Amino acid sequence: MNALIVAPIVFPLILGLITLSLWQNRKMQEIVNIAGSVIMLVISLLLLNTVLDNGILVSQIGNWPAPFGISIVADTFSAIMVVISGIMGLAISIYSVSSMKSKFVLSDMLQKRRQFGYYPLLNIMYMGINGAFLTGDLFNMYVWFEVLLISSFILLALDGTRLQIEGTFKYVTINLLSSAFFLTGVGFLYSLTGTLNMADLAVRIPQVENQSMITVIAMFFLVSFGIKAAIFPLFFWLPSSYHTPPISISAIFAGMLTKVGVYSLIRVFTLIFINDIAYTHTIILWLSALTMFVGVLGAASQYDMRRILSFHIISQIGYMIFGLALYTPLAIAGAVFYIMHHIIVKANLFLVAGLVRRVGGSYDIRKVGSLVNTYPFLAVLFLIPALSLAGIPPLSGFWSKFFVVKAALELQEYFLVFVALLVGLLTLYSMTKIWNEAFWKNNPEKIPAKELVAGLFSKQNIFMTIPIILLALITLSIGFYPEPFYQIADRAAHELMNPSIYISKVLGGAQ
Amino acid sequence: MEFLLAILIGGLFAAAIYMILRRSIIKLIIGLSFLAHAANLLIFTLGRVIRGKAPLIEEGSKHITEAVADPLPQALILTAIVISFGVTAFTIVLIQQVYQSVGVDDSDKLKASDQ
Repeated sequence: MNALIVAPIVFPLILGLITLSLWQNRKMQEIVNIAGSVIMLVISLLLLNTVLDNGILVSQIGNWPAPFGISIVADTFSAIMVVISGIMGLAISIYSVSSMKSKFVLSDMLQKRRQFGYYPLLNIMYMGINGAFLTGDLFNMYVWFEVLLISSFILLALDGTRLQIEGTFKYVTINLLSSAFFLTGVGFLYSLTGTLNMADLAVRIPQVENQSMITVIAMFFLVSFGIKAAIFPLFFWLPSSYHTPPISISAIFAGMLTKVGVYSLIRVFTLIFINDIAYTHTIILWLSALTMFVGVLGAASQYDMRRILSFHIISQIGYMIFGLALYTPLAIAGAVFYIMHHIIVKANLFLVAGLVRRVGGSYDIRKVGSLVNTYPFLAVLFLIPALSLAGIPPLSGFWSKFFVVKAALELQEYFLVFVALLVGLLTLYSMTKIWNEAFWKNNPEKIPAKELVAGLFSKQNIFMTIPIILLALITLSIGFYPEPFYQIADRAAHELMNPSIYISKVLGGAQ
Repeated sequence: MEFLLAILIGGLFAAAIYMILRRSIIKLIIGLSFLAHAANLLIFTLGRVIRGKAPLIEEGSKHITEAVADPLPQALILTAIVISFGVTAFTIVLIQQVYQSVGVDDSDKLKASDQ
């Protein structure tokens, strides 16, 4: 059981080292990466299975007892996130076989750069992501955040074009600000309580005399994780940087990185900072409403598919934070279910955008057209995640929005329910705008045919189509049969709302 | 002593935010390193600045008998310094690339990815 909890962190590291050593041979890199991500998915499913059977799993690193050592804790929420990161890893590694070999890449030097950097860094990033999900110590979470951040910096600037350098610059500076705030909060928390183990903090914080100081520290963490999670008003780095790198990198960023921020917010604001819920969670409630609304309005004026989708990430993050801020079991189950549905749908939409670029010629939806005639299957593959994002039944987005809105109605937050449903309508508007421009209208014939790579199932594009189909199937199965997914989310919410379960497992008898 | 350190840390945070809001890119990076220094000094001060010995227990006894320095904030600061060192090295190479692209040390020229 010890090895199983640590495996999602150690295995991507080994995979990264192997792919780095194979840097001369791209074919071997791809094969090793796909095989490795299948094994990674199996490990994460085993972990989830063990957690569902045996309850929260804890492993103390170096056998130092908690709270003195660093604990690796796999509760249901963490295990769900690790499984989703495994699914994303597999999808992106299959997609990269086609998408990183684009004939639009200019020079041999760039190909070498991609070969040297792409697969190893992707795996180091997975290590950081899984580490952040599985750790039980606040400073250890800072370290995993930095691992994940540095690999994302380099992946963002991978091709070295002007747009990418600019986007990376904005991303880097704002994330360094977030790390500094994180450190400040950690320092204050250590001085007030003497510990940084999350379970021990949950025990010690009610005993601190100066409770208002704890609320101040909670705000530090809200800002720091809020920058990572891209909530209002801290999200402006996201539309400036997420549309610049190669599309497979955009997809994994859009799917996973902001959700690590949301995971940390949920973990910290359900386990540690629950002393002043009337204040902190009300702030988060209003921030979530603003995030939802401003995010979707930002998408309304864009014509680049990736920028539209980047703004939608922000708006959907608002829904997840909305579930956290309502702080009832149904709301947190809704937030967990939303995260599950959204990562798959959002990454899928980015992958579809990449395929549209391949067969249609451009990311700009004004320049493409009539794709429903030339590639009707692609239109179906676009509609499934797009309508799911907007919340149309019976797709997965409908259930996610339903849980969150129902929880809000139970708390009689009628204005916020109005905002949430209005944002759903505006999301639908945005998706139909993409549909109208890229798929429905006549082809404006601005792109010469030699720049297109034809055929969804042709040799160049097949590896892009396969993960899109896989993710669409997962969306359909969550939509048509949400019961087992809801049960898992409900169980995760139960553990999150009752932190004593977590605390007793981590600290054991050593309280 | 903590009072002086607190004033210093406050001054460093203020200087950091002032520099980060500047237009020049290199001043922004200097501001970010001020910020990291301020956060590290904060952790140091919050670990109780006392005249303590090394946290070692003599052979045979089971408890700490005299005032010892707290090793944990020092470990936190060391980790934070090493991480920010790596990130600063990357950032400096990044702004060198920015300068090659743009030609002037002006962050207002970096508007293309916002369009």
